[in-house]
Amino acid sequence: MSSALPNPDLSHPGDIIEIRDLWKIYRVGKVDVPALRGVDLTVKRGEFLAIVGPSGSGKSTLFNIIGGLTPPTTGTVRVADQDLGTLTDAGRTQLRKRTVGFVFQKFNLLPNLTAGDNIAIARYIAGTPLKPSAEFEEVLRLLNIANRLDHKPNALSGGEQQRIAIARAIVNRPAILLADEPTGNLDTENSKAVLEILRDLNERLGQTILMITHNPEAAAYGHQTVHMRDGRIVN
Amino acid sequence: MTGKLVLENLKHKPMRSLLSILLIGVPVTLILCIVGLSHGMLEDSQQRTRGIGADVVVRPKGSSFLSLSGAPMPQEMVNFLAKQPHVKQAMGAINLGIDGVFLGAAGVDLKAFNEMNGGFRFVEGGPIQQPNEILIDTFYNAQHHRHAGDIVNLFSHDWRVSGITESGKLAHIVFPLNVLQGVSGNPNHVSQIYLRLDDPRNTDAVVKYLKNLLEDYPIYSTEDFASLLNVNNIPALREFLLVIMSIAVIIGFAVVCLSMYMAVLQRTREIGILKSLGASKTFILQIILAEAVLLGIGGTVLGIVMSFGAYWLIQTLVPASFPMVIVKSWWPIAGAITLLGAILGALYPGLSAARHDPIEALSYE
Repeated sequence: MSSALPNPDLSHPGDIIEIRDLWKIYRVGKVDVPALRGVDLTVKRGEFLAIVGPSGSGKSTLFNIIGGLTPPTTGTVRVADQDLGTLTDAGRTQLRKRTVGFVFQKFNLLPNLTAGDNIAIARYIAGTPLKPSAEFEEVLRLLNIANRLDHKPNALSGGEQQRIAIARAIVNRPAILLADEPTGNLDTENSKAVLEILRDLNERLGQTILMITHNPEAAAYGHQTVHMRDGRIVN
Repeated sequence: MTGKLVLENLKHKPMRSLLSILLIGVPVTLILCIVGLSHGMLEDSQQRTRGIGADVVVRPKGSSFLSLSGAPMPQEMVNFLAKQPHVKQAMGAINLGIDGVFLGAAGVDLKAFNEMNGGFRFVEGGPIQQPNEILIDTFYNAQHHRHAGDIVNLFSHDWRVSGITESGKLAHIVFPLNVLQGVSGNPNHVSQIYLRLDDPRNTDAVVKYLKNLLEDYPIYSTEDFASLLNVNNIPALREFLLVIMSIAVIIGFAVVCLSMYMAVLQRTREIGILKSLGASKTFILQIILAEAVLLGIGGTVLGIVMSFGAYWLIQTLVPASFPMVIVKSWWPIAGAITLLGAILGALYPGLSAARHDPIEALSYE
C-alpha cells in the first residue's frame, strides 16, 4: 500500500512542524483574550500525534494556525518549510490547497454535491487533474467508500461521511492531515473504524497526522499524545 | 466543476432560485412590452399611412409629423392641390382620436378613397350605404366584438356597422367625410390631404414644388412620412425607454443582491469548507457571480417567454388600442441590461462571502 501512494514528504525526513513560543491573542470587544500562551511543539514527518485537552485549552486554535486558517499573533510556526508568520492571506490559502488536509468533527461535506464531487472539488481547487489516480482509487477501496461516491451526504451514514471527508482531505496528498475530533459525532463502531483508517494511512502511507480529541482511547491510536491546558502544552 | 457546484447550489433551493428568476424576468418583460408597444404602434401607423396609397401627404401649418389637432385645413385646398402639376388625385381626410384608440377614427370621401387605393377589403358586411353607417377594421372588431349590422355608440350617436374591413388602411373606424366633419364640428375642413401623382417618380419634385407654393405647410412624401414614425423620432420616447431600462437594472440589482445575500448567509458554512480546501477569494466570488449570471440568464429567458404571454393578452384583449409587436432585436439588449443588474447585485454578497473568515464560517450553524 505504501508503494501505491507514497507520501511525498517522506523523501525529506525531519521535522515537518516546528512551533516556538507561539502566542495567539483574540480581541473580544475591548479585551485581549490569549488562546495560546507560548506553545512549543515539534512534529516529525510520518508522526501520528494526538492533542488532548479540555475545551478552551487552545487545541483548536493550534489546529487552525497549523492549518493556515488563522495567522499566529507572535512566535514562529514552520509547516513543511514554510514560515506561517510571514504568509499573507493568499499564502495561507495556498498552504491549505496542497500542504494540509482537514478532517472535522462535523464532517463538513458540501451538502449539494455528491461524495465523489466533494472529493473532486478538492482536486479542482488544488489544480490537480480531476480524475483520481489509480493509487487514490486504492485508497478509496481502503476507506470502503468506492460504491458510495454517487450519493449526496444526506444519504450517507456518519461513518461514511467521515470516510469521504478523510478521502477529500488526503486526495491532494498533503504533507499533514489535521483531524479535529474526527470521532466526535460517531458511534463506537464507526469511531473505531475511522481511527483504524487514520492509523492505516499513517502506517501504510506515512501520512503525518495531528488529531485533536477529548477521548483518551482515540488518543491512544497516536504515536504520542500532547496535553494542553490554558493555552499551553503541559507535558 | 465550478459550473456543477453553481448548478447544484441553484437546484438545492429551487423555490429561491425560481422566485429570483421570476422577479428578474418581470423587468425584462416590462422592457420588451414597452418596446413592443412603441414599435407596434409606430409600425401600425406606418402601415396605415402606406395603405392609403398616396404619394404625398400635406399636413396643416405648424403640425408635427406625430400629431394632428382637429381639422384646420379648409377643404378648398383639396381642389386646389388636385390642380397642381403631376397631381392625379387629391383626397382630404379628417382624423380623430376616439374611444381611446390610437389613430381611432377617420373620415374620407369613400369614392375618392376607393379610387386612390382600390378601397377596403371586407371580411364581413359591405360598403357604407347610409349616412349613419360606419366601417370598423378587424382589430376594432377583435377588441369590441362588433359585427356587421351591430350598433356602435360614438360621439353620443348610434351608428350601424355596415362592414368589417381588413386592417392596415387609414384607421380603425371609418366615417363618410362630411359625416365626421359634422359630428366633430369641423364642417368643410380636413386634417390632412393625400395626393396621388401621375408617376411616383415625380414625388420628390412635387414635394419640392409644393413646399415653395405652400410655405409653412409640412409636406412629405408618404415614404418619408412613414419613415419618420420610428422610436428615435418620437420626442422623449428614447428617454422614457432609458428610464424603464434603469428601473429594470435597479430591480435586477435589488433582486439578485437580496437573493445572493440570503444565499451567502445560508451557505456561510459551505464557504468556510471551500476556504478550508484552499479556495481563494476569487474562486468564491466567481461562484457567486456565476450563480447570479445563471439567474440573470434564466430571468431573461423567462422574461422573453412572459413577453409572449403579454403579447397574447394584449392581442386578445385590446388589439386595436395597443398594436404590440415582438421585437427580437431587443432580446439581447434586455438580456445585457438584466445581466448587468444581476452582476452588480451579486458583487456585494460575493465580496462579502470572499472576505468571510474561514474559522467563523466553519463554526456557523
